[in-house]
Amino acid sequence: MDEDVSGTVKKFMFVNRKAPYGTIYALESLEVVLISAAFDQDVSLVFCDDGVYQLKKGQQTKAAGMKNFSPTFRALEGYDIEKLYVEKESLEARGLTEDDLLVDVTVMSSAEMADMMAEQDVVISF
Amino acid sequence: MLHIVNKSPFERNSLESCMRMAQEGSTILLTEDGVFAVTKGGVSEKALKNLMASKKISVCALWPDLEARGMADNVIDGVKMVDYGGFVDLVADSANVQSWL
Repeated sequence: MDEDVSGTVKKFMFVNRKAPYGTIYALESLEVVLISAAFDQDVSLVFCDDGVYQLKKGQQTKAAGMKNFSPTFRALEGYDIEKLYVEKESLEARGLTEDDLLVDVTVMSSAEMADMMAEQDVVISF
Repeated sequence: MLHIVNKSPFERNSLESCMRMAQEGSTILLTEDGVFAVTKGGVSEKALKNLMASKKISVCALWPDLEARGMADNVIDGVKMVDYGGFVDLVADSANVQSWL
């Protein structure tokens, strides 16, 4: 393949603001994130507002008859997606701490998150 | 009367509106993303406890939806868990139902 094309790496940020299961946004976001990983891009995932619920430990969807996609977050490391950021203010408002989450994340303030968002080439919101 | 709320209290004001209009003796059932309201220490705890105590409103949550979201362990005292059968019973036993979308 042409080196000029394959060598283009952009900074992609996926901003997740919805809870899982109630709407399809969270699952769709994860699908797009996995696709972007196949193109060797610089990917960051942000979880804020109700999006932090996507990473809550102990999801058991059998009784509700839905697919539990939360284990996929643990597999992201295998796709070289290791930049997961959670907004501190959103966690606190929901009575959650870093210990309630099923993967290792970096917790940061809104201000820090805003700085990081400004540095991206592409921001995609779910 | 049965009031059903299926939206997160952080994202919409459905529960707030519902609580404002729920009369004494009625029932509020939280389903889907609405179940995030019954977490201890959450934004809706104070208002829900107040309704249960002062207006004798029964607050229920659909446990399969709590379980799916990993939120079944830290539920406000006094909130009743119902399964799908219990959901049907609540609807059947109520003269009318309002779904707050």
